[in-house]
Amino acid sequence: MNDTPLLRVEQLTKHFPIRGGLFLRTVGHVHAVDDVSFEVRRGETLGLVGESGCGKSTVGKALLRLHEPTSGSVFFEGEDVTQMDRKRLRSLRRDIQIIFQDPFESLNSRHTVGKILAEPFVIHKVGTPEERQQRVAHLLERVGLDRSAANRFPHEFSGGQRQRIGIARAIALEPKLIVCDEAVSALDVSVQSQVINLLLDLQREMNLALIFIAHDLAVVKHISDRVAVMYLGEIVETEDAQQIYDAPKHPYTQALLSAIPIPDPTAARDRVILSGDVPSPITPPTGCRFHTRCAYATSECINRKPIRERIDVDASIACHHWEEIAAERSVHASS
Amino acid sequence: MALLSIEDLAISFETDEGVVDVIDGVSIELEEGETLGLVGESGCGKSVTALAVMGLLPKPAGRITGGAIRFQDEDLTRLTSEELSRVRGDQIAMIFQEPMTALNPVHRVGKQLAESYRLHHPDASKNEIREESLRLMDHVGIPAAERRLDEYPHQLSGGMRQRIMIAMALSSRPRILIADEPTTALDVTIQAQILELLRDLQSEYGMSIIFITHDLGVIAELASRVVVMYAGRVAEEASVESLFKSPRHPYTKGLLASIPRLESESKSVLPTIPGVVPSIDELPVGCRFSNRCEFAQDQCTHAKPELEQASDGRKIACLRWRELEQDVAVSA
Repeated sequence: MNDTPLLRVEQLTKHFPIRGGLFLRTVGHVHAVDDVSFEVRRGETLGLVGESGCGKSTVGKALLRLHEPTSGSVFFEGEDVTQMDRKRLRSLRRDIQIIFQDPFESLNSRHTVGKILAEPFVIHKVGTPEERQQRVAHLLERVGLDRSAANRFPHEFSGGQRQRIGIARAIALEPKLIVCDEAVSALDVSVQSQVINLLLDLQREMNLALIFIAHDLAVVKHISDRVAVMYLGEIVETEDAQQIYDAPKHPYTQALLSAIPIPDPTAARDRVILSGDVPSPITPPTGCRFHTRCAYATSECINRKPIRERIDVDASIACHHWEEIAAERSVHASS
Repeated sequence: MALLSIEDLAISFETDEGVVDVIDGVSIELEEGETLGLVGESGCGKSVTALAVMGLLPKPAGRITGGAIRFQDEDLTRLTSEELSRVRGDQIAMIFQEPMTALNPVHRVGKQLAESYRLHHPDASKNEIREESLRLMDHVGIPAAERRLDEYPHQLSGGMRQRIMIAMALSSRPRILIADEPTTALDVTIQAQILELLRDLQSEYGMSIIFITHDLGVIAELASRVVVMYAGRVAEEASVESLFKSPRHPYTKGLLASIPRLESESKSVLPTIPGVVPSIDELPVGCRFSNRCEFAQDQCTHAKPELEQASDGRKIACLRWRELEQDVAVSA
């Protein structure tokens, strides 16, 4: 039973219609997410990285049907989330939670933190009012805040403290999976490290699975067991977190990693600078979507879409030429 | 002599809670042709310092209450706004994090470029302006410049907008470019392009750059010297190599240690600085880092540490830096 993944996403697709003209007819689609498949195991962290517009946030939201998927399936413990009715979907929130960059944008700023944290218990009818208060106090301590925080309002807290409250709310019902959508991106470095440590602690304690969506690749590397790299709505590579940073295989992953500024002025930099911008997701390029910016692109890449192939337990890649590129890089590295 | 010299600058802001000293005795020198990194977390005063140099402090809330900003034998804090706008246009230019707020959304890119050029070359002909605009755009790496001239800012990507801002800033051939988080809103691959562009332009134009960022990785790549700020004061100043190799101020040490790095082990516990950055209306007395510092003693909570000259051109504002240095030497 433990071999079945906690979450299995199959060919998830999300297109947003673009309306225009006099009658607001659909004149095109934004291909936000196309044919994305992956798995998340119990207690592991899957990092989802890519540049803005690659669809990583849309994937996170589509999993919980905050965006209704256009097609594809999302199996949570074997049950298809896309087929659930409203009632079942609501009860699913006990098991899957999502945290955003600023959790308080979506919360009532006139409620005390205590009331906000008690809300999940009220909605899911857990405990008596006294028990709920106990649980709230316990939650606050668990995320490193003082019990007295319950009597204060969200605006009285700093960004890092607010994210701790957001995390407290997310873990209230002991979920099995939390989607972290740029959850530490807005925090200052000195506070960001505290929140990352907190997430790692909670993960160990609760055997939590995390989908960690972020644009900061060093942060993703630090928190993830496996990483999936997205480009223009598609997953181009998945790999063990350590492996992907040591030996990226997809040319896009290689460029992305080499672009990270290294906090060491003496570090040797072998930078691949990509030319141009990410193409429009309304009319994505034919064949391999990365071909317009790829140094290795051939006519095959323009005409034929590469199918992502599994090459190891954790590794998969969508590139026609990855084996040649890997061979070339190893020659380059050893010379 | 330094090209620009900020001396003991003090700035206060009027807030609902009263007047607060946002900048408290900051001294920074910028040398000819160098890239100075100004780094720190939110609220450290790095942007406010830059705005003060530009004479762009929000009015009437922000006010310079002490010190001087010397540039070419003049104290910028004493100039009238008219005199200051001359310096600002010709000699010192600034680019921001989000070019969309600096560009006018209802005017075509070409018109805005032309305006900034005409400001410095009032006699230029229409043709000349167009030629120069195209040359500048080409220079900052904008493909199909001819077509872009007729586009509106919203039709450009974030990276392209930042290139337009850089082109406008360069049109007066400034001696100083102040770049306030210019790549923070951009994706890493685009950031790499813009950093490369700034490096190239600097060596070509020979201008000095003040690069403001919270990203220590970017600082390591671009700056030759670094000033670390914390809560409105300078904590430490050093060459980029020595700062990253051996940070000496406890804050700099903590900051550098807490960045997740690609070479560090996945899922390991990150070193942290306890507590949070203090908000400006509840700054600690004495050393402003004292409430988060593992080395803080009684004296640190009363006396303000002055920025002192250490060896290798480094400056440190910590009451205990000499002792701490010895401790390190002994334990090593």
